[in-house]
Amino acid sequence: MEITERSLWTMIHGMGFGALYLLLCSGVIVELWRRYAPAAESPVTARDESFLKIYLVTMAVLAWLAVLSGAYIVYPWYRAVPPAGLANLSAYPRYLLLSKPTTSGWHNVGMEWKEYIAFFAPISMTMAAAVFIRYGRNLKHHPELRNAVLGFTLISFLAAGIAGFFGAMLNKNAPVDGGATIHLAEGK
Amino acid sequence: MTMSAHTSGSFNRGMTNGSGAAGILAAGIGAFAIAVLDIAADKVASINSMMNFYRPTGPLSGITMVSLVLWLVVWGVLEWQWQKKDVAIGRISRIALGLLVLSLLLTFPPIADLL
Repeated sequence: MEITERSLWTMIHGMGFGALYLLLCSGVIVELWRRYAPAAESPVTARDESFLKIYLVTMAVLAWLAVLSGAYIVYPWYRAVPPAGLANLSAYPRYLLLSKPTTSGWHNVGMEWKEYIAFFAPISMTMAAAVFIRYGRNLKHHPELRNAVLGFTLISFLAAGIAGFFGAMLNKNAPVDGGATIHLAEGK
Repeated sequence: MTMSAHTSGSFNRGMTNGSGAAGILAAGIGAFAIAVLDIAADKVASINSMMNFYRPTGPLSGITMVSLVLWLVVWGVLEWQWQKKDVAIGRISRIALGLLVLSLLLTFPPIADLL
């Protein structure tokens, strides 16, 4: 059982940082929606507040790790230019996708959209974490602030979901592969 | 009321909303900057090459770096201006969320190509 260095980084970027970020989104949406509504009956304790602060900071860190590993580690391998006349484009995903009309849309729409909207997630979550660190439990008494933070979280969830979907489809149609091979286990 | 903005660890109904509004509006502006620079780099070759800060990543590097710097600068300026004030948070939130939704649409290639 083996994996290449580029495949491993693509997995860390998408299935590690990206998927974990998406999973955490649902938790923060529920928490902000239920516990921080002005009409919520159960009091928010100091422990609840600390938990959500750590949760939001973790989300912001994961979002940054996802976009930075994508933009500066995986994306350069994806967009590498093949030597002129090369017939086998499997090591050059962007050019492999663009070589066929049945797959070019994955780059022209998928990657061209994903590479930018992915950045909305760390921007939104950094803001959400900073606002929550500042206001904490007092966010209950600022319903419009809480609604705006919730709105940004929802849209960042949508943006990250779109980026994740296209990332998975791009890697299915033209995997980012190559580099050193890492041996994981012996086969039978 | 203005001093209350610094006591985030406990209940304080008197906290001003300016600090939160600054973060929210700056986030909307940061996202919108990405969309505008993406379109500009797509339409104007000189902007495209100017945004090529890091060759392996291409124009994405410059577009995001410029936008992120702009976002942080705007955030800092708004925070400085608004942190002890109550501002029109409803209107500011709608503008910020509008900018974020608009950014999501403007970066969608079939829409960007129409411009």
